[in-house]
Amino acid sequence: MESKKKGMSLLAKQRAAGWAFLTPATLMIVVMSFYPMVRAFLLSLQTGRGTNYTFTGISNYARMFEDRVFLRSVTNTFFYLAIQVPIMLILAILLAQLLNNRDLKFKGLFRTCVFLPCATSLVSYAIIFRFLFAQDGLINNALVALGIFSEGYNFLGNAGTAKMVIIIALIWRWTGYNMVFYLAGLQNIEYSVYEAAKIDGANGWRTFWSITVPLLKPTIIMTFIMSINGTLQLFDESVNLTNGGPANATITMSHYIYNTCFLRAPNFGYGSAMAFFVFIIVAILAFINLKVGDTRD
Amino acid sequence: MTEPKNRSMIQRRLIPTYIFLTIFSIISIFPFLWMISAATNNYIDISKGRLLPGKYAVENFKNLVAQQPLARAMTNSFVYAIAVTVICLLICSLAGYGFEIYHDKWKDKLFSILLLAMMVPQVATMIPLFQMFSTAKLLNTAVGFFLPMISTPFMIMMFRQNARAFPIDIIEAARIDGLNELQIFYRMFFPTMRSTYAAAAVITFMNAWNAYLWPKVIMTDGKSLNMVMLIANTIGGYKIDYGMIMMGVLFCSIPTMVVFFVLQKQFAEGITGAVK
Repeated sequence: MESKKKGMSLLAKQRAAGWAFLTPATLMIVVMSFYPMVRAFLLSLQTGRGTNYTFTGISNYARMFEDRVFLRSVTNTFFYLAIQVPIMLILAILLAQLLNNRDLKFKGLFRTCVFLPCATSLVSYAIIFRFLFAQDGLINNALVALGIFSEGYNFLGNAGTAKMVIIIALIWRWTGYNMVFYLAGLQNIEYSVYEAAKIDGANGWRTFWSITVPLLKPTIIMTFIMSINGTLQLFDESVNLTNGGPANATITMSHYIYNTCFLRAPNFGYGSAMAFFVFIIVAILAFINLKVGDTRD
Repeated sequence: MTEPKNRSMIQRRLIPTYIFLTIFSIISIFPFLWMISAATNNYIDISKGRLLPGKYAVENFKNLVAQQPLARAMTNSFVYAIAVTVICLLICSLAGYGFEIYHDKWKDKLFSILLLAMMVPQVATMIPLFQMFSTAKLLNTAVGFFLPMISTPFMIMMFRQNARAFPIDIIEAARIDGLNELQIFYRMFFPTMRSTYAAAAVITFMNAWNAYLWPKVIMTDGKSLNMVMLIANTIGGYKIDYGMIMMGVLFCSIPTMVVFFVLQKQFAEGITGAVK
């Protein structure tokens, strides 16, 4: 009886310890993420300035869909998403597959080089790319020297090319990052699976589609969600590479929301409505992603 | 006898792979090399397309220090990033360990609710957080900087995944030896999970060092700025001095690169555990 009682209390102690361990982190997420989301939603239903806010229902949401700059920022963000994410993820898987070869030499060197861009801050690389693609920048110098252009082309001054520069910069910065996850995923796959495929006469391409991609599926879904999330929240690049220009042609949703809330006349209500819109898109895309990932099982 | 021949054949077949990887590596490191060369050249040489290191490093540095509070921003960045890293690793590893080792139905449910926070965009929380923090007088403080960054679902998940590989036998044995639950965590779990901690430290330190949107929102007084804000300020000037700006970018990049190179091996191991 005595020992049983003691055993119970030990178990209870363990259970209490478990809850105690996860409490600080849980509380911080509730206070710093969930509670602000509720406040952001309430704020999105109000209009006003400074400390005077009154509930005006969905007027902020209605305004959003008539705001040309906001709509432009939505199309821009989706443009980056649709072009950059697939190119980057395919490149990343390809690189991981090539690096996961036992016969390959200088593996560590290649891996380090490919991952190195991730060691720079987003603002740093945005500035570097801004200068590389400037009218008197290195890329233009090279193109003129090669005789392709007769004078420097204003890459960042034209809507189409400015967007391309942002996409190139994003691919440069994030491919290595995603590659690390794929490489880690591949290292968890038994190498013998590949050797068996080789013996069966499968070529590199077949092996890639019938072994690598299916086995990496969970990792692919994870990186896909992370990339969508990151791209929908693009801010540093839009601010520092193109400053949203020319004439808002490259502005992203986060950049416009920041401008609305913290530049000139702050409008927290309207900003929150747009931010909530971003949240809903992220949630929908993540949900679709998880569903698609499930049914293929 | 046939082995060396075989090996050279394998290497020959890998030539396209080597070429592709070499080109990709060059593209990856080229902007860094350019950054270093630009930081040591003057405006005229840079815009002429000079790639070799120049002799203007000292002058660029002097210009940078004259125009921007470099020492203050570096100190701020270190204080912010180290505070975030230490606290984040502590509470997220505790949580990941708690969720995995003591898991039951309720904890699993709570965990999947916490994962929803991954979908919460920073732009949505920054407005209410700004309001909350200005009421609490936390603007322009390190505490204000780190509070929203010290608990992330990603970090909890990473520690939880890695805790899966931690043998239950060790815990049982330690309990018999009379260690309490917290002692088991820091005497048993912490030392065996070094590579996970290293990976988590690399990711958290880089995120904190490179944070831009959040400090831009709450560091309003011009004294609390971090390095990233400082270099963003340098391009806002009337005259763009490439050399000086690149010197700033170089300073901003060195700490994250050092962290990355020092912990690279552990980083790769930790990620491998997290993807399992």
